Amino acid sequence: MNVMQIAERATATATAKMTARGVQVHYGENHALKDVDVDILAGTVTAFIGPSGCGKSTFLRCLNRMNDTVASARVTGEIRLDGEDIYDRRVDPVTLRARVGMVFQKPNPFPKSIYENVAYGPRIHGLTRNRAELDQVVETSLRKAALWNEVKDRLQAPGTGLSGGQQQRLCIARAIATAPEVLLMDEPCSALDPIATAQVEELIDELHTQFSVVIVTHSMQQAARVSQRTAFFHLGHLVEYGETGQIFTNPRDPRTESYITGRIG
Amino acid sequence: MTDASLPAAAPKSLLVADGRTRRRKAAETRFRLYGVAAIAIGLLALVFLLTSVLGNGVNAFRQTFVEIPVTLDEAVLDKTGTRDPKAMAKVTTVSYGKLIQQALEAELATRGIDTSALTEKQVMSLMSKEAPADLRRQVLADPLLIGQTITFDAFATSRVDGYFKGRVTMESASRDSNITPEQLVVAEAMAGAGLIETRWNWRFLTAPDASELRPEAAGLGVAILGSAYMMLIVLVLSLPIGVATSIYLEEMAPKNRWTDLIEVNIANLAAVPSIVYGILALALFINFMGLPQSAPIVGGLVLTLMTLPTIIIATRAALQAVPPSIRDAALGVGASKMQSIFHHVLPLAMPGILTGTILGLARALGESAPLLLIGMVAFVKDFPSAPPEGLMQPATALPVQVYQWTQRSDPAFVERASGAIIVLLTFLLTMNAVAIILRRRFERRW
Ligand SMILES: Nc1ncnc2c1ncn2[C@@H]1O[C@H](COP(=O)(O)OP(=O)(O)OP(=O)(O)O)[C@@H](O)[C@H]1O
Ligand SMILES: [Mg+2]
Repeated sequence: MNVMQIAERATATATAKMTARGVQVHYGENHALKDVDVDILAGTVTAFIGPSGCGKSTFLRCLNRMNDTVASARVTGEIRLDGEDIYDRRVDPVTLRARVGMVFQKPNPFPKSIYENVAYGPRIHGLTRNRAELDQVVETSLRKAALWNEVKDRLQAPGTGLSGGQQQRLCIARAIATAPEVLLMDEPCSALDPIATAQVEELIDELHTQFSVVIVTHSMQQAARVSQRTAFFHLGHLVEYGETGQIFTNPRDPRTESYITGRIG
Repeated sequence: MTDASLPAAAPKSLLVADGRTRRRKAAETRFRLYGVAAIAIGLLALVFLLTSVLGNGVNAFRQTFVEIPVTLDEAVLDKTGTRDPKAMAKVTTVSYGKLIQQALEAELATRGIDTSALTEKQVMSLMSKEAPADLRRQVLADPLLIGQTITFDAFATSRVDGYFKGRVTMESASRDSNITPEQLVVAEAMAGAGLIETRWNWRFLTAPDASELRPEAAGLGVAILGSAYMMLIVLVLSLPIGVATSIYLEEMAPKNRWTDLIEVNIANLAAVPSIVYGILALALFINFMGLPQSAPIVGGLVLTLMTLPTIIIATRAALQAVPPSIRDAALGVGASKMQSIFHHVLPLAMPGILTGTILGLARALGESAPLLLIGMVAFVKDFPSAPPEGLMQPATALPVQVYQWTQRSDPAFVERASGAIIVLLTFLLTMNAVAIILRRRFERRW
């Protein structure tokens, strides 16, 4: 391991929200993720970049144990949230996912009303005491997701009737309504047009003051625009992790350089 | 490879079809014709079935009645004069029969209908043998009728009924030991005087079965009630068990050799002939558990066993059709597995589950083979009481009633069997229509 990386990490642990050490993932025989060490810093946007199939989504799904739902997946190593091992036997993955929210690549609103989509999380976690509070949470979440003005007159309309970009913002609103501490986003803009993308990016920028945001993206520009830190994955390895500016302007690993200049991918 | 080895491209016009195109088109046309022919044959068979069933069966819903005023003489029917039902129950149908006979003869005399060609017995046998029992039931149900003169509606005997429906002719009557042309002449005259009338007969749907000699009185009441009880049992048992099994297998069970084995076996069970279930029920429910024969509870249980695989397969298909992204979405906001299933997956799968259930029920409703084996072919004249006791009392079922009636020699029963088929088909079509409506109504895109 690179000496500079270790030095950098030492300074970072002070504010690390999540820490991953030696994470390995196997899908049956397929060794998808090899010995990954990453610190997700509090109040920071972290971007994961890398060619298709390199394990970005796999790692992201380890962070809230969504991989538990994949029968063939086997995760080893150690991931801590606020110093607590999330793969400890005593940890209930459901409670974990309430604290580490997720937005998926394909918009997947529930086929229920817009209101119900956002209200569902707070309701099952008992975050509000009455209808007025719930209304308030729904409104704030939709406002934060930059969707309120478009849907405030039709909260009872089905969420699946919105456009793709609106659906994705609805999913973001749904994820932030449960007030997670970390928000994981897997290519949230891949289904969006440039305007909606810009809105989501703006939103991420606002959100990171409250949550740690981890975003997987295939767009170098997007990673450069929204993130403070960037991790580059290649063939299941974490090749390089550091300040976004440094990764893009002065990558230490030749593979990183080839990727961001478009030579591998 | 050189260009020379490729077939030379002949100059072609789009407007002229070449040999290949013509052959392709001919094949296409032939295929269309085969399809049309196949459908035509199917439709023809359906039309034939419907016309024969409807043609025979519609008449079962209409019945010929003899309507005469009967004076309910207190001296005969209630000698004590107390209107005490217990005392009145001692009066048998014979006394009622005499009363009816007197009334009939008197009425024929006042109307000036000549019955000199007939014996007394022949006059009386224009009416169903069920008539005295009918009148007795009527009086016992309402003792205050005694002393009054009421208009009594009796079934005409099945041959007279057949005559007015065109099934019996003067010519066939002359060869028939149950009726003579002279009787039909009298019946004709009575119809002219308004004493005999053919009209809609609710009692076909409400009355219990009747004996071999009284087809006119036979009804589907017990069969419909028995079928309803069994459907109730099937629904109450197989829907929750089937859905719970499917949810467990589909969403929770580990995928391994055992679950694969179970899955294969469920598919096999769905294909097991229904009579095998009948044998199983006979051995298990009747011989081993000692449940009563011909009871709806046993019928319901065997039909449940038969329907379960269908419901499980339909439910699993419906659950599989729910996109995994919905499950991910629910888990992603911190819902538990149970919450994601019951809040999101199950509601989305519900139309499919209900459709499968209704189709399963429809199949169970039309099933007769297993019921024959558990003794539901008995002749049942008493209605089972309300559930739960009624579930243990003898009853019949619609398809079995059809089977029984077609076994009897009197042609009037053929008509009634067709009528029963119409009732059965109506139920089945209604259920299928409900299934289609449910599917259309709740169809969702995601
Ligand atoms: N559910 C799964 N079952 C089996 N193998 C999987 C599964 N999900 C991912 N993999 C394998 O794990 C490896 C990493 O996949 P992953 O989805 O993490 O890549 P990715 O970096 O997100 O790619 P992309 O940019 O295309 O989304 C791939 O080789 C993939 O085939
Ligand atoms: Mg991915």
